Amino acid sequence: MNLHEYQGKQLFREYGLPVSRGFACDTPEEVAARAKEIGGSMWVVKAQVHAGGRGKAGGVKLVKTPEDAAAFAQNWLGKNLVTYQTDAKGQPVSKILVEECTDIAKELYLGAVVDRSSRRVVFMASIEGGVDIETVAHNTPEKILKVAVDPLVGAQPFQGRELAFKLGLSGDQVKQFVNIYLGLAKLFVEKDLALLEINPLVIKTDGNLHCLDAKIGIDGNALFRQPQVKAMHDPSQEDAREREAAKWDLNYVALDGNIGCMVNGAGLAMATMDIIKLHGGNPANFLDVGGGATKQRVTEAFKIILSDAAVKGVLINIFGGIVRCDMIADGVIEAVKEVGVKVPVVVRLEGNNADLGAKKLAESGLNIVAANGFDDAARRIVAAVKGA
Amino acid sequence: MSVLVNKNTKVICQGITGSQGTLHTEQAIAYGTKMVGGVTPGKGGTKHLGLPVFDTVKDAVAETGADASVIYVPAAFCKDSILEAVDGGVKLVVCITEGIPTLDMLYVKQYIAERGDVRLIGPNCPGVITPGECKIGIMPGHIHKPGKVGIVSRSGTLTYECVAQTTALGYGQSTCIGIGGDPIPGTTHIDALRMFQDDPQTEAIVMVGEIGGSAEEEAAEFIKQYVKKPVVSYIAGVTAPAGKRMGHAGAIIAGGKGTAAEKFAALEAAGVKTVRNPSQIGLAVKEITGWN
Repeated sequence: MNLHEYQGKQLFREYGLPVSRGFACDTPEEVAARAKEIGGSMWVVKAQVHAGGRGKAGGVKLVKTPEDAAAFAQNWLGKNLVTYQTDAKGQPVSKILVEECTDIAKELYLGAVVDRSSRRVVFMASIEGGVDIETVAHNTPEKILKVAVDPLVGAQPFQGRELAFKLGLSGDQVKQFVNIYLGLAKLFVEKDLALLEINPLVIKTDGNLHCLDAKIGIDGNALFRQPQVKAMHDPSQEDAREREAAKWDLNYVALDGNIGCMVNGAGLAMATMDIIKLHGGNPANFLDVGGGATKQRVTEAFKIILSDAAVKGVLINIFGGIVRCDMIADGVIEAVKEVGVKVPVVVRLEGNNADLGAKKLAESGLNIVAANGFDDAARRIVAAVKGA
Repeated sequence: MSVLVNKNTKVICQGITGSQGTLHTEQAIAYGTKMVGGVTPGKGGTKHLGLPVFDTVKDAVAETGADASVIYVPAAFCKDSILEAVDGGVKLVVCITEGIPTLDMLYVKQYIAERGDVRLIGPNCPGVITPGECKIGIMPGHIHKPGKVGIVSRSGTLTYECVAQTTALGYGQSTCIGIGGDPIPGTTHIDALRMFQDDPQTEAIVMVGEIGGSAEEEAAEFIKQYVKKPVVSYIAGVTAPAGKRMGHAGAIIAGGKGTAAEKFAALEAAGVKTVRNPSQIGLAVKEITGWN
């Protein structure tokens, strides 16, 4: 689960990190009023979406009057911001962050993730902060400094000092950096973060360090013990069908093809997409009904797949380990009866109670094709969709 | 021979009185697994499914001499349960539960690393099975057949796919290890490959990976140096989209690794027979081994 910049900065503030004074606003009038409240003669206004690359896409602006700040808000609120990190539709803007202006001398990069290889939270820092950090990482990996946090001991000041000196900081900046590093490491662990990024972490013209941006991703598995963070969830940043699927504990990702897929298990779901593509088709979605699938969840899954107008056929691929294939068949029959299906449906059932499931489908009198194996199922649905 | 578990492995179940624990313990007993007891704090001294229930893993190990524990407790309590199992004296811990916070696994991995003599399989996995001898986990037992292919996979249902294909061809499996799909697994591809290379019963290896992380690239490097047996590999997710992203940190740490194309390339460079069509994994084993 991702947080907005303003929510990330709220957490930063709680952990004593230097962030700009600012307010997340819902209307242009509020933006203007808050700008006046902050005071000064220049402000930054930032569209709040779950994606990077906002600056280049026009979602961040320096303004010199509260009226200009309001005009920026008027322009963006209710619209979608498309950046190179979003899909073609972009992400809806429903809040504008207005902040005091920061005088920047230099831009640094500071980020942290759980590194699978070293099995540690790894912090990454670079003097080449700003928008082209991935290019820096690719072309000059030596410019990305890294330290790994021992999970049992936690982040240590010496690690912060090491990074600070390598970044060329001096004097009080070193102390400030160590505080930022330790604060972030504490935040990462206490709030179950999956990803953290400050790009840029700036050195202001007065020499002090300042967190100009905040990107935070939370480990979805840990939300049960993170009520504060869970309350920050903004469902508007997710695809409508993905949101509906999440309600039913279904793992659904919308894609741009025309063959709807319903599969149990994430690996088999990806493999099903792969084999459809291999036979010349295009999957419309990834959908894992999971091991604990019930008849009702299968019905809901089927409805979600069919709510995508692009879907010209559906492939159901189930290898029953825990899941009973006859129960899947019941769910499919129920859904087909409930919503009415005008597109071809191919079903491959294997494993637990597969024969019983196949029998139920055959006796349902519905237009459902039973496939003879994984490969056959993919070939049949691709052929059916092409023939349609 | 086989790896990890065999007909002599004595297994306890943590969470045996819960619905999942009950269901899968019943199935394990029916399969012939030597289930010797269970653990549910507060229910020590009772019996469940004819097995003695203990309050702690230590009690269970002391009374039954168990070598392995399988965990079916809810995700929020898994860190505690895994650590209890490790501390309790079993040599193998299999955690089936999905949804464990990633940071919990960092602590668990470090704790196990310091002990050195305990192996964790999972979490978020189907478990481990040596066909005809011992089934620990949620896989459907009847699709397996004792044999000579070692299977290691990050995905549950894809493991079943490989099992069904190698059973259909008559090869059977030495042991199947579902290492689980989480970012921080207890056992990696490399651990499984090493066990299969050292196991006389295993004559060929199937490794199923997924996009994300660099575990398959690291496995390819290991295969080049250590594995002499034929290896077939499929990576799921060739068509998976890059998806929406937040910032750059994930891409920087990945350093250009993690896509299916890069994983296939690394495995091919290590002499592995790769498969693009997941329905032909069994056929690829046939081709590379020359078996009938």
